[in-house]
Amino acid sequence: MSRVLVPCHVKGTVALQVGDVWTSQGRPGVLVIDVTFPCVTPFEGITFKNYYTAAGIRVCQHTSAHTPAKWVTCLWDCLMPDPHSEEGAQEYILCDMARISELHLILQQPSPLWLSFTVEELQIYQQGPKSPSMIFPKWLSHPMPCEQPALLHEGLPDPSRVSSEVQQMWALTEMIRASHTSARIGHFDVDGCYDLNLLSYT
Amino acid sequence: MLQEESDLSLIIAQIVQKLKGSNLYSQLERQAWASLQRPEIKLESLKEDIKEFFKISGWEKKLQNAVYSELSVFPLPSHPAAPPEHLKEPLVYMRKAQGSWEKRILKSLNSMCTELSIPLARKRPVGEQKELLNKWNEMGTDEPDLSLFRPVYAPKDFLEVLINLRNPNYENGDSLSFRTHLGLIQVPLKVKDIPELKECFVELGLNIGQLGIDDSTQVPPELFENEHVRIGQKVLSEQDSAAAQQYIRQGSPTALRAELWALILNISSQPEDVLYYEQLKTNVIQHDLLVDSLIYKDVKLTASNDDYYFVFEDYLYQVLLCFSRDTSVLSHFAFNSASPPKSYIRGKLGLEEYAVFYPPNGVIPFHGFSMYVAPLCFLYHEPSKLYQIFREMYVRFFFRLHSISSHPSGIVSLCLLFETLLQTYLPQLFYHLREIGAQPLRISFKWMVRAFSGYLATDQLLLLWDRILGYNSLEILAVLAAAVFAFRAVNLMEVTSLAAAEAVLADLSTLKVMPLLQIFLFATVT
Repeated sequence: MSRVLVPCHVKGTVALQVGDVWTSQGRPGVLVIDVTFPCVTPFEGITFKNYYTAAGIRVCQHTSAHTPAKWVTCLWDCLMPDPHSEEGAQEYILCDMARISELHLILQQPSPLWLSFTVEELQIYQQGPKSPSMIFPKWLSHPMPCEQPALLHEGLPDPSRVSSEVQQMWALTEMIRASHTSARIGHFDVDGCYDLNLLSYT
Repeated sequence: MLQEESDLSLIIAQIVQKLKGSNLYSQLERQAWASLQRPEIKLESLKEDIKEFFKISGWEKKLQNAVYSELSVFPLPSHPAAPPEHLKEPLVYMRKAQGSWEKRILKSLNSMCTELSIPLARKRPVGEQKELLNKWNEMGTDEPDLSLFRPVYAPKDFLEVLINLRNPNYENGDSLSFRTHLGLIQVPLKVKDIPELKECFVELGLNIGQLGIDDSTQVPPELFENEHVRIGQKVLSEQDSAAAQQYIRQGSPTALRAELWALILNISSQPEDVLYYEQLKTNVIQHDLLVDSLIYKDVKLTASNDDYYFVFEDYLYQVLLCFSRDTSVLSHFAFNSASPPKSYIRGKLGLEEYAVFYPPNGVIPFHGFSMYVAPLCFLYHEPSKLYQIFREMYVRFFFRLHSISSHPSGIVSLCLLFETLLQTYLPQLFYHLREIGAQPLRISFKWMVRAFSGYLATDQLLLLWDRILGYNSLEILAVLAAAVFAFRAVNLMEVTSLAAAEAVLADLSTLKVMPLLQIFLFATVT
């Protein structure tokens, strides 16, 4: 099923700190990213690239039309299994939810080893419509009424047999066209020539 | 859960796509067609009957083995937004480091090319082709002048690159603090500790029989060895890859090893495979590559000088020269952080239709590369089978030993695992060696990069490689390296220089691998 991107505006990150005085030495371990939407649309999921965030995301979910919306947490604690090591530090994450109206990203990184942390390439999406079904050629779905075949000379092959064989061949070609493989063909040269320049650096 | 289901269907689709291009697919089709003649196949229950036929005739098992092989080799499908580089290596700074390392290698190769005025590739004249064909089985007798060639790089050059690897987002303060790594590797990858390793390598435990320990002459064979051999024969008759992989964790009997490895790697020598090898041989005959001279030089410098492997010199040329021409190896770059070097046909610089990879398989050999092939020569004597086994071992394991990546079996993780194990469980030794300027990794790096080939006695090496196949991981190399240090700790505590430490660890040929691993993992007081 396809995903349709929902336009959104990602505000800058705000670090949370205790007390009033901003200290440049202490690095904050909690960041908040606010995401606003120009038009109110319920969306079904977010996708982003992690950058050294260990845990967090909170969303506001409408469970049904009548109950007031409540804040729920999703994706807590599973971005980086060990906050001091690189595992999961730059992974792409996809999070499916149901009917979200507002989004607050609360990111936590308790380890002091990292200089900064955030999430990148944040995208919000809705489930799009299902892909359209294949259009059959008109003559397949609306066959012509049967006509009485004219009597043919005896040397010619039986028309019904020929038509069934042609149908099979058509089905085969459709199958072959649909199933392209990823197998390689073995040539390393270009038309038999492998006379090279130097290796290129790009 | 919906996410898992869609992941599963994605994995299935990926495997089906891969298998569609394989021999097995066309063979299964042919078998299905042929089975229609059989009386038990009825039209009403065609699908079920054919499935049943496959099960009975062993074709289902072959398909299972192929699927298992794909699952072992290919990483899981990733996030739809992830670019292909992410599958090669998720951490951006490691990709960059691998890119600059590759650039250095290419510059070195290019400068060798211009200095010696030798083309990267050259079509052989017909006379030379005939000559090479005649002496194909004795290329070792050739003594070309290789004095001007030098290996593109050696493991110690690669070690320097790894030592300088830094994460820009990591606190690399100058002052020593809890975050400084005391070893040479300074990147904070996740590595297992001994409790986790014990869980992972549970079949190496003290109460489980092992070949390499419980088949020694003092132990009566009725206790373990006979039964183990019997089970091995049964596994081979069932032709089940997954069972073979589980079985080989306790070691493989010498007589069954060649077949077991072929089963685990899912190699069955079909006529098409022999034909493919012959095609590669033709490519070698037709074109001469600069890389060939590097291979010659490497074999002459390493394997030919080794007491165990010099007899296989001719086999090594036959395998490695063909390996360089094999474009099917290019597919492993999808999950290798390295990329194949590119070049253009002379006069067509920049035109994409004339872009080619050099060498055709994208792998530039380094000093010691031929040692990956040498131990396999003890098991396989038919060149095309030996070739297939080596190629599969390379694209499953060996490529990780010379490319920069964050994979748990990658060389960076292995180095960090080795250093962490040593620091945690032999802190006095580690401190002492560090103080005398003999960082342990400087000594053990060359062992791990070569997967201990050329350092251990061959029977011990094969027992070690049994476990690499059984656990589908190279972490055992780091554990063995730490175990070797633990074994010689008493002598190492007395040395006062790097050279002396090297001398203590110069000769590993008398070591018994399995007792060392068992003691280090399961019998050391932690």
